[in-house]
Order: sequence, then C-alpha cells, then structure tokens
Amino acid sequence: MFGFLQYLGRLGLGFVSQAGGMALLFLTTLAYTVKPPYRVRLFFKQMEFVGVNSLLVVVLTALFSGMVIAFQSYRALSKFGGESLLGGLVALSLVRELGPVLTSLMVTARAGSAMAAELGTMRVTEQIDALEVMAVNPVHYLVVPRFWAAVLMVPLLTVIADLVGIAGGYLVGVMLLKVDAGIFIKKMQEMVEWMDIASGIYKALVFGGLLAIIGCYKGYNASGGAEGVGRATTEAVVIASVSILVGDYIMTSLLF
Amino acid sequence: MVELVDLHKSFGEHEVLRGINLRIPAGKLTFIMGRSGTGKSVLLKHIIGLLKPDRGRILIDGQDVTGFSDRQWQKLRRRFGFLFQEGALFDSMTVAENVAFPLWEHSRLSKREIEEKVAEKLSVVGLLEARDKYPSELSGGMKKRAALARALALEPEIILFDEPTTGLDPILQVSIMKLIRETQRQYRLTGVVVSHDVPIAMRAADYIAILHEGRVVAEGSPEEIRKSEHPFVREFLKSAFEGCHPEEGRNV
Ligand SMILES: Nc1ncnc2c1ncn2[C@@H]1O[C@H](COP(=O)(O)OP(=O)(O)OP(=O)(O)O)[C@@H](O)[C@H]1O
Ligand SMILES: [Mg+2]
Repeated sequence: MFGFLQYLGRLGLGFVSQAGGMALLFLTTLAYTVKPPYRVRLFFKQMEFVGVNSLLVVVLTALFSGMVIAFQSYRALSKFGGESLLGGLVALSLVRELGPVLTSLMVTARAGSAMAAELGTMRVTEQIDALEVMAVNPVHYLVVPRFWAAVLMVPLLTVIADLVGIAGGYLVGVMLLKVDAGIFIKKMQEMVEWMDIASGIYKALVFGGLLAIIGCYKGYNASGGAEGVGRATTEAVVIASVSILVGDYIMTSLLF
Repeated sequence: MVELVDLHKSFGEHEVLRGINLRIPAGKLTFIMGRSGTGKSVLLKHIIGLLKPDRGRILIDGQDVTGFSDRQWQKLRRRFGFLFQEGALFDSMTVAENVAFPLWEHSRLSKREIEEKVAEKLSVVGLLEARDKYPSELSGGMKKRAALARALALEPEIILFDEPTTGLDPILQVSIMKLIRETQRQYRLTGVVVSHDVPIAMRAADYIAILHEGRVVAEGSPEEIRKSEHPFVREFLKSAFEGCHPEEGRNV
C-alpha cells in the first residue's frame, strides 16, 4: 500500500517537473525568437520538413475520415429524415474537431517524433554540448525554428485536411448515398460559420506549438545512448498525442 | 590563466573529482594525464562550464566563473576552442560546413573569406579532399581531425583538447601534435591537452598534471614528473615503456 502511494507520488512529481520543464522551454523559445540572429534558412528548412513530410499522410487521413463521417452521419440522420443536414454535419465535425486533431496527431507521428529523435541523438553524441561550447545557444538554434515551423504548418495542413475531408464527405454523400448536391453544399454554407473555422485554426496553432515543444523537450533532455533516444521519441509521441486530445477537450468546453 | 580550487564532482554515488587543485599556466601547453575513467574529460568539461562542480571554484584570468549564468558563459566561451573526445561533429553538415559553422556564427567574414579560411584549416589537418563528406562517411581519425579544425577555426585564446591524438596512426599523431604545439607557440595560447600517451606528453608538454583517484597527484615540468617519487606516477610512466629497452625509456 505504502509502496503504491510512493509510486503515485513519484509519478506526480515527475509529471510536475516535466510540465515545468516544458513550460520553461516554451518561455525560453519565445524569448529567443526575438533575439538576433534570425536563422531564416533553418526556419524554412523546418517548415519544409514539417509540411512536406506530413502532407501525404494528413491528406489520406482526412479523406477517409471525411468519408467515414459521411456514412455514419447519414445512418443517424436518416432515422429522423434529416439527410439534408449531411453536408453541414460533415463540415462542422471536420472544421471544428477532426481537422485540427487528426492533423496534429499525424504531424506528431511524423515530425514531432523526428524532432525528439534528432535532438536526442544530438544530445547523446554531445552535438548539443558542441553548440554550447561554440557559444551558440541550442534553444535558439534548434528549438526556435522547429517551434515556429510547427506553429505555422499545422494550421496550414489543417486547412488542407478540412478541404480534403469535406471532399471525401461529398464523395460519399452525393455520389454514393445520393444526397442532393445543391442541398449538401447549401446546408454546409448555412451551418458552418467563420467562428467555427477560426476555432479549428486556433486549435491547430496551439497543437502545433504543443507537439513541437514536447518533441524538442524530450529530445533535448534525452540521456542514455541509443536506447535513451528511442525512449525519448516514444514518450514524446505518447505525451504529445494525449496532450492534444486533452487540450482539445479543454478548448472545446471552455472557449467554443 | 585557469585555476581550479578544491573541485569536487560526483555522479550519484560515484565520486569522480575529489578535490582537484591545479593552476594551468597561461601561454603554456599543459597535459592532463591519468588512467582511463579517472575523470580527465569530466575535468575538462568543468573548465568550459559544461559541467558544474558540486564544490570548489574555477577561476579564469583571476575571475571566478563558477557561478556564471548561461549568458555569461556564452560570452566567455568565444575565447575557447574545445575538442570533444568523440569529436561531436554535426552530422547534418559536411566537414567543410562543420568547420565553417563557428565562423558563420561569430565572425564578420564574408562568404569568400570563410571558404578560404575553411580550406586553410582543413589543409593543415590534411582533410581538404574530405571537405564535402558527411561525418558518417569518415573514419575515426578523420573525424577527430575535422573536429580539431573546427576547434581552431576561430583562433581561440585558450584551447582545451580531449585526446587529440588518440586513434590516429603514428605519423598523424606526430603531425597533429606538432600542429597543436606550433599553433600554441605561435599565438602564445593557453593550451590544455588530455592524453594518456606518455612519450608524446614528455616531448610536447610544458607542464604536466597527473590525475589519480580524483586528485592531482603530481604536477610540474616533464623533467619533474619523470623524477616524481609518487608510486602511481612511477607505475604510470613505467608501464608506458613496458617492453621497451630501459635505455630508450629514459631518453624520451
Ligand atoms: N554524465 C555522466 N554521468 C555519470 N557518470 C559519468 C558521466 N560522465 C562521466 N562519468 C563517470 O566519470 C568517470 C570519469 O569519466 P571521464 O570521461 O572523465 O574519464 P576519462 O578520464 O576521460 O577517461 P578516458 O581516458 O577513457 O576518456 C567515469 O567513471 C564515468 O563513468
Ligand atoms: Mg575522456
């Protein structure tokens, strides 16, 4: 019993100290963002990395999610003859929730994990120490470009995911289930407000920052050789994914 | 001048440094020697602030740097050239980009001037042909030489080299040691070299400090070290010449 409490206590302490470390890394990143030199080339390289790497998987996920939602919603709606609402429902779920959440999860898997692995390898092979020794701040050099690349690219990818997902829903709804195309589009326009789109983008922005900070934090603090880098990468993906889902719930219930 | 006063450092239960007292003379080449695992690399990392001591002080040119903030260290470190034991080259960059890195970051040289300087540094360490290779394509000795070129790129005032000649063939060992020696002499640098190569140290060092069980057990000129009565020092020197002719041993 006592051992279990001790275990819980340690778990709690570990959680608090990690959350604190991540918050600190976030603040340091913001502080270094405004400091010259501005490494524009590194920033573009990271944008390309985050964007290009994740594009295909984001498009595929969004397409099939849109198609599945259309099927499921149609089943539910047809029970009370509300098939005409299909377009609006599909678009709303995508724009508000699934677009940002699925995109962020996919970017976490592709780019967040890569950030943890890359920085982790640099840590255990003393490359981060080498930066410090050469009087280059590692947060400035490594974390700032990755953070902003994710903050910018995840919303962009989310917009693409929204569009592709809606196209998937249209495909299933109109082509397969024979909902009238005009009504599908009209209901979509009626039901989706700018506010909904904005809230989705806003979420994506936060998730992008979240996954970059968690990936970088885990890599930056890796230790223990190749095994340690592997552990850091796994933990980064798990923690970032859970944080995105919890964060989504919090933002949905509190803000929108 | 670098001065270490009563430096202690433990990793968990493991006491590595147990009261290091050492004055590293300015403008001279000092060798730090000792068995594998005694804490030579740990000691060197303290001098540049990568590790913080549990107790004791570090003075650089009379200034106590023990409690320096990250920002203060960052400024101070521009005066240093540091060679990691494993090289620590950036593996996302080519050899030439690695050497150019500190120049891009801290010098005001133009692109052309940087390229010239990189070529110069690489040719001194004999790596001009490997300039466009990535670290993963290099041999251990090539990595070490590339890292050495990077450490010398900014023409530092204080050089800290962790085993610069380990893993090189005998011909390269001599030429790299000569390079370090000449650079140090020419610019009157303060140099610290970690090494376990007794013959090289005896020839190249101005000053030698021998580490054993977390303390400096002997220090002085090569001549004084050779005459040391300390049992560990005697054993350490003796084993370096094991199998050699006794006369040879005495002459190095
Ligand atoms: N980051 C660390 N965490 C835990 N222990 C460490 C760490 N760094 C070094 N040590 C321990 O400190 C001791 C000294 O290590 P160090 O690397 O300084 O040895 P060394 O004298 O440089 O040896 P070598 O000649 O083989 O390079 C070793 O026993 C090592 O296990
Ligand atoms: Mg060592």
